[in-house]
Amino acid sequence: MESIVEKRSFQVDSKGYYGSFGGAFIPEMLYPNVEELRENYLQIISDPSFQKEYSDLLRDYVGRPTPLYRANRLSEKYKTNIFLKREDLCHTGAHKVNNTIGQILMAQRLGKKRIVAETGAGQHGVATATVCALMDLECVVYMGELDIERQAPNVARMKMLGAEVRPATCGSRTLKDATNEAMRHWINNPVDTHYIIGSVVGPHPYPDMVARFQSIISEEIRWQLKQHTGSETPDYVLACVGGGSNAAGAFYHFLSEENVRLVAIEAAGMGVNSGHSAATTALGKPGVLHGSRTILMQTEDGQVTEPFSISAGLDYPGIGPQHAYLYDSGRGTFMSATDEEAVQAAFELTRYEGIIPALESAHALAVLGRLGASENETVVVNLSGRGDKDMGTFMKYID
Amino acid sequence: MNRITKLFQDAKNEQEGGLLNVYFTAGFPELNDTTRVLQALQDGGVDLVEIGMPYSDPVADGETIQQSNDRALENGMSVKILFEQLKDMRETISVPVLLMGYINPVLQFGIENFCAKCAEVGVDGLILPDMPMDVFLDEYKSIFDAHGLLNIFLITPQTSEQRIKLIDEVSEGFIYTVSSASVTGSKSGVDSNMESYFARLDAMNLRNQRLIGFGIKDHETFKQASSHAAGAIIGSAFIRVLQQTTDLEQDVKSFVREVKNYPETIAI
Repeated sequence: MESIVEKRSFQVDSKGYYGSFGGAFIPEMLYPNVEELRENYLQIISDPSFQKEYSDLLRDYVGRPTPLYRANRLSEKYKTNIFLKREDLCHTGAHKVNNTIGQILMAQRLGKKRIVAETGAGQHGVATATVCALMDLECVVYMGELDIERQAPNVARMKMLGAEVRPATCGSRTLKDATNEAMRHWINNPVDTHYIIGSVVGPHPYPDMVARFQSIISEEIRWQLKQHTGSETPDYVLACVGGGSNAAGAFYHFLSEENVRLVAIEAAGMGVNSGHSAATTALGKPGVLHGSRTILMQTEDGQVTEPFSISAGLDYPGIGPQHAYLYDSGRGTFMSATDEEAVQAAFELTRYEGIIPALESAHALAVLGRLGASENETVVVNLSGRGDKDMGTFMKYID
Repeated sequence: MNRITKLFQDAKNEQEGGLLNVYFTAGFPELNDTTRVLQALQDGGVDLVEIGMPYSDPVADGETIQQSNDRALENGMSVKILFEQLKDMRETISVPVLLMGYINPVLQFGIENFCAKCAEVGVDGLILPDMPMDVFLDEYKSIFDAHGLLNIFLITPQTSEQRIKLIDEVSEGFIYTVSSASVTGSKSGVDSNMESYFARLDAMNLRNQRLIGFGIKDHETFKQASSHAAGAIIGSAFIRVLQQTTDLEQDVKSFVREVKNYPETIAI
């Protein structure tokens, strides 16, 4: 009983678990690589020279701190106080680069010469190719064959940045298959290669490491919000969840403050029960995916099923183990938005505030009307990315 | 006594050629080929068999085995169907049988239920490459033991000496020795790096015998590997035989005989 009474941290424990979620469910071939990282990551992150290099790059290269902007017209419409955390203004157009900067510095300190990564929509691939160009490391990015066709501009960006883009041709030929291929690549190149996972997924210590690199988001929100409102804590923090890295970063410094409602928004695709959805907590069950015990969409027989969302960044059949724990424990509130709702929300933000959001981030905006936030309350929405990459989709809705 | 334990005990006493373990994917090439392939492997003279439970995301496997997994799943293969297919196997199958697969389908079936079914149909051991050792020891070992199932651990050239010793301590049956840093089916033969790795293992005087897997495809590579261990495991090369076969029983038997180099004239 004591553990229930104690204030829970919701952070990873010494064995790599969040409650019953997490761990490192990996084949022996990956064990030495993951173990090397596990043994070293905390020490490297806490090293002052690492911290200086990381924060200098975030400031001078990424453009941090990103603004916390009070969206006045949107606030008026929803009769509450809405603040947008402008991760869309990061270099490369999304929060993804916070993590890739951290991991490339990690890779250097581990003496790695090559980088492998997976990508869905290409945002993480671009963020990885970017830091590899910056640090002059060789870069291989796996991308589902289908996604390569759907995301040509990002494929071109990665190539221009000097990365080799390799198609994942097996299975469903999307993000989960690209992740499998990146893991296989790491198995085949265990000594000199570091795998930069793009989200808070994968075996321990990845979910914790990526969350730490993204935690700068909530660190900034706290002092920025204090400047705006006099209080460091909002009533709500909203973030979309595919794997969940932007949400993990936006929630991080509010996890133990239970008066801050943490709202994760999943992609319902064409509708949660349409058979074309990526609403993992609504449709999934506990199981093991990509090295950790989490909640994932699967058949009765335990085969991983193919999710669907208009937004490639949310098109993933699992969520990070920390999010699974937030869901399971009730600490997090999980909602979902359909493709249509997300597109509508994207147009709304554009017309009300002059900001074109990424389709992923638009999912978080889409629940503002059903949140039930009052006039006196404060809502922070993590605007994780910008919508340039989604113009092809948006164009279809412009008459 | 567990059939795997007995096989390795006898092999130690007799000291003849290597033991051949062949992997194939259940429900491949056709849904109901599982027991046909199993029977043909035994008829061909295989020493033990590893039946793969197909999975949508087999990260430790290369393209060949993944394709066979995809095909088997398209055929409708599932853990439940596999146990139905295997329910009478011990009427004719005397070789040790292992099930190999990824942990998620096993978890969904239920570990307790899964192990009970294994024991019921006569499975001798399991290879679940993405099951962490600590989870096995803390949560599952007692269930495995209660049902007489051995858990086979893997080691690779990157596995530290300390960890190899730990694996040797908790292993029963044999240790699955992955020959190189790779997924299945990507390399072939035994090179000088592997020689020194195998020599290093020999010098450790492990209590368990070893089977070498990954990159074994024919008689020559089998013989090479067997000179460094109790025997070897063939997977992808056998899946390729199944992909191309026009006469399943005959092709499977011929493959096993060629690998073990039984003279074709001896009828078995």
